[in-house]
Amino acid sequence: MADAQKKMTVSDEVAIQITGMNKWYGTFHVLRDINMTVMRGERIVICGPSGSGKSTLIRCVNRLEEHQQGQIIVDGTELTSDLKNIDKVRSEVGMVFQHFNLFPHLTILENLTLAPIWVRKVPKKEAEETAMYFLHKVKIPEQALKYPGQLSGGQQQRVAIARSLCMKPRIMLFDEPTSALDPEMIKEVLDTMIQLAEEGMTMICVTHEMGFAQAVANRVIFMDQGQIVEQNAPKEFFSNPQSDRTKLFLSQILGH
Amino acid sequence: MPATPTEPAFVRREMLAQKLPPVSERGAIKWLRENLFSGPMNSTLTVLGLIAVYYLLRGFYPWLSNSVWNAESYRECRDIVIAQSGEGATGACWAMVRVRWNQFLFGLYPVQEYWRPVTAFGLMLVALAPVLYYGLRRPNVRMVGAVTVALVLALWGLGTDTSHLLVCTAIMLALTAVAWLAPKRLVWLTLLFPLIAYFLLWGGSVWGPVGVLIGIGLGAGAWWFAQRSFGVVVAAAIGLAVAVLWWLVLHTAITSALYAVMPLELPYVRSDDFGGFLLAFVIGIAAITASLPIGILLALGRQSDMFLVKTLSVGFIEFFRGVPLITVLFSANFLLLYFLPPRTNFDLIVRVIIVVIIFASAYIAEVIRGGLAALPRGQYEAADALGLDYWQAQRLIIMPQALKISIPGIVSSFIGLFKDTTLVALVGLMDPLQGVTKIVRADTAWKGIYWEPYIFVGGIFFIVCFGMSRYSMYLEGKLKTDHR
Amino acid sequence: MTIAFDAPKPGFRPSQLIYDTRYRSYTIQVIVLLLVFAVLIWLLNNTIQNLAERDKDINFGFLFNRAGYDIGQQLIPYTNDSTHLRALFVGLLNTLVVAFFACIFATLLGVTVGILRLSKNWLVSRLMTVYVEVFRNVPLLLWIILAFVVLGETRPGPKEFKVTDEMVAAGQQPVGSMWFWDSVAVTNRGTNIPAPLLDRPLGGFEILGVPINFSVLATLAVIFGSIWVNRVLVARARAVQEATGDRPTTWWKSLLILFVPVIALLVALGFHLEYPALKGFNFQGGINLAHSFTALLIALTVYSGTYIAESVRAGILAISRGQSEAAFALGLRPGRTMNLVILPQALRVIVPPMISQYLNITKNTTLGMAISYLDLKGTLGGITLNQTGRELECMLLMMMIYLTLSLMISAVMNVYNRSVKLKER
Repeated sequence: MADAQKKMTVSDEVAIQITGMNKWYGTFHVLRDINMTVMRGERIVICGPSGSGKSTLIRCVNRLEEHQQGQIIVDGTELTSDLKNIDKVRSEVGMVFQHFNLFPHLTILENLTLAPIWVRKVPKKEAEETAMYFLHKVKIPEQALKYPGQLSGGQQQRVAIARSLCMKPRIMLFDEPTSALDPEMIKEVLDTMIQLAEEGMTMICVTHEMGFAQAVANRVIFMDQGQIVEQNAPKEFFSNPQSDRTKLFLSQILGH
Repeated sequence: MPATPTEPAFVRREMLAQKLPPVSERGAIKWLRENLFSGPMNSTLTVLGLIAVYYLLRGFYPWLSNSVWNAESYRECRDIVIAQSGEGATGACWAMVRVRWNQFLFGLYPVQEYWRPVTAFGLMLVALAPVLYYGLRRPNVRMVGAVTVALVLALWGLGTDTSHLLVCTAIMLALTAVAWLAPKRLVWLTLLFPLIAYFLLWGGSVWGPVGVLIGIGLGAGAWWFAQRSFGVVVAAAIGLAVAVLWWLVLHTAITSALYAVMPLELPYVRSDDFGGFLLAFVIGIAAITASLPIGILLALGRQSDMFLVKTLSVGFIEFFRGVPLITVLFSANFLLLYFLPPRTNFDLIVRVIIVVIIFASAYIAEVIRGGLAALPRGQYEAADALGLDYWQAQRLIIMPQALKISIPGIVSSFIGLFKDTTLVALVGLMDPLQGVTKIVRADTAWKGIYWEPYIFVGGIFFIVCFGMSRYSMYLEGKLKTDHR
Repeated sequence: MTIAFDAPKPGFRPSQLIYDTRYRSYTIQVIVLLLVFAVLIWLLNNTIQNLAERDKDINFGFLFNRAGYDIGQQLIPYTNDSTHLRALFVGLLNTLVVAFFACIFATLLGVTVGILRLSKNWLVSRLMTVYVEVFRNVPLLLWIILAFVVLGETRPGPKEFKVTDEMVAAGQQPVGSMWFWDSVAVTNRGTNIPAPLLDRPLGGFEILGVPINFSVLATLAVIFGSIWVNRVLVARARAVQEATGDRPTTWWKSLLILFVPVIALLVALGFHLEYPALKGFNFQGGINLAHSFTALLIALTVYSGTYIAESVRAGILAISRGQSEAAFALGLRPGRTMNLVILPQALRVIVPPMISQYLNITKNTTLGMAISYLDLKGTLGGITLNQTGRELECMLLMMMIYLTLSLMISAVMNVYNRSVKLKER
């Protein structure tokens, strides 16, 4: 895994720029003054206790949640209430959810080709070829004609990753992709994600898999109470945490 | 199991063979014991049940077994029963159903035009084929072919004149060919079917329905062009405006001009002449097909974030769910004409169909809302994250699942709706239950008959409704793809 | 709640009305509003023109005119000299009384059938299935008309109940006989049942033409009082159980409290039943129920009973077998298991569909019109409408009344659902 780190390069092009972003749920201040810049090819892991706003933060990046203050620029497109911009960002940014959210009424292949056909207007045949390519990549091409309900959790999550990839996104968001999985299935999903990282995909992952963070992340961000408390390169972050909150969190999560 | 320390060690050398259970635990005796006499309470219930069955059979069996199928009046029936089984015997008089069969089916629809409703019914089955098996060649051809054969036989049996028989056969053969060559094209028949059915059933000039079709076509065209640059909702408004303009300004002039040039028409049949199961099916099928899309829109409206849309939908749904159907039907009879431009006077059946559609869509909307509520939030989010817009997400992701969840509810609404078509008798239409039966019972030849017509009509309703509910159960099982 | 605090881009482009999520929903709502207004104005305009053309106006004054028609079944005094408004109330009460009894009987029937359908007894569960499927899949109107026709055509006339001296001498039985120990007579003209009468009634008075009967009020007061005292007793028993662990025996005390005071009051008032008897050409005495009422009641009961049976069955099936096994494993006896574990959960599933069935029963009473039962639909929406020609007013008023009834029943359902939900947390 150590050589994996070397292969991955970061360009000096900005992929995501968040400045002075605030968000409230009613009167509850969920995200407070978030500033962060993600370069193209960067892999960022966000961790923190539950309720710290980390999921909300990445859901703001493709506007599943609306922010009320500040600026989010994704790939040069600012996220405002303009629908055209939202559509543009969403087709550039892939997202993988904790509970997979595959469409249970469609086969795996249909799940993968749906968005390319209807959003990108790709011909069906081409979309299916792309879908099979990515299914090979996540190592389950033989499941193409099954329904999501017939697959294991790990397989479903890999299908979900392939589904996002079929849109040829430039950025991938992962929202706790392994939290709903059994221990033996976590590895197969993480392997897929590492493979993706090695190919230079820009990734933001909300996860508690610290091994993954150490292996592929350029940066680890620790969040608590809706704010970024600490961010650092993984080596520094784990060996020499600065803030007390981070220390407490790391001792709890790595303590057993 | 107190294992005493003195018990010796034990090893089994030979495995025991399987043995039959004791006599009291197998075969018919076991079944009886378990299912009928498992305890004093159960035995009592069994005895009571047997007594009930005995009384039912004692009352109905002789009556049914003495059924008379050939007679010209109720008195003749009785005489036959008495001649067969002696004084005091009872017997069902199904001869009435035989004699009045046509009226039960068609009401007072002109006899020489019977081919029209029958053809409409056949075409409906053909129109259903692409809905059930979209794009699949073999089942489509099989279904259309079967309908063709059945329809031609039925028309021939009804004594249809040769020219109409030939035209219908030709059309059906053409449709079979379409199903064979391009099964997807059959959808066009499904879309056109409402207008074709209207023309076949009511008759009149062919240009009326054609004009309506042109209006719809213009509206749809306007929608298609506007939708690219203005979004679906605004485009719908524009399309509607175009269609309304056509109907209000140009429709009458152009259709009457066309009629003057080419007077194609079928003899007009008045609504008063519709009756029997024809009426029940026309109202039921029209209301079922139209209420589903309207119900979906209402359910979406009720789920909407937009205050105005939501309020309007909720108000509409709750109003129609809150009032009895009869009051709505009476409104169609008394009030609808107040709300339309002066001196418009359109057909009572069409008015009834309109209000029944409105009424049923409120119920369907609630059923679909339940299905929408059962969908996990993640499905909406995944659709959003993939960049699908609202209507794409609804059409491709949300509705297929929500509708599948709501199948039992939707079908039971349909069953309720079909049963409710009997209520149209109360606004003066001739439904099979009240309208036709009343005419039969008022006839001196059949005076005093009451079980037979009700059992006959009830039996047909039972077959249709029971069939629908079983079909929905089958469909539910078949569509189950998520084995979660 | 889309409030952007960052400075909006200078300049407002019209295309934002469609592509900007902030304005888009307003655009759509404005279009919807305009369409709705256009339709409303069109309808209103048509209505006004139509009314003008027919020389009519909208005026509810007719409600205070003389009705001039008779109503067979009246729970409050009414003659054909009364106003249309009073006829409306008589009809409304007729709607409510038949709905009330149909709800009670349908519940009794439905709960029994629902439980029997789940019974392990093969024969009984099959019979119940047949009953449910047959009655559910045939229109209610058919059952109503069939019940009415059968009652009217198969029952003997009153004179066939007569026992003459010659028949006694010849040892013959009359064609018709009364049921339930000579207390109920069902003839082809109607049904006579015993009437409760009081020797020493407490009297009463009238408010706005509505009679208030002290005897009834007193009886109700005693019944509610007993129920309240019984609840206190049960609450106390529970308190004792919580304090000491032993539950005192209460069932005989409950029985005494619930029944003795009512019986004592009725005896004091001189309660007795007046039985119908054949006098001359018809039965006299007791309460005479028209066949339209009886037939509607029977049909509503057997039809709605099937739906209630299905919801009871579904409710019990929804409680997994695991629940009762868990309760048994904890050592609860079957009775306690039912009361403490199964019923509280099953009721949560059963009651909402049951209430909506009550709503359906209330709406379905309108079908009584087919057999000339004069309910609200028959009076206000039937004879009054035809006599006065005030279609708009009558239909509007009638719909509003039915809507109010429905909303009241829905409100009850919401209250119940909310109370159940609270218990869930």
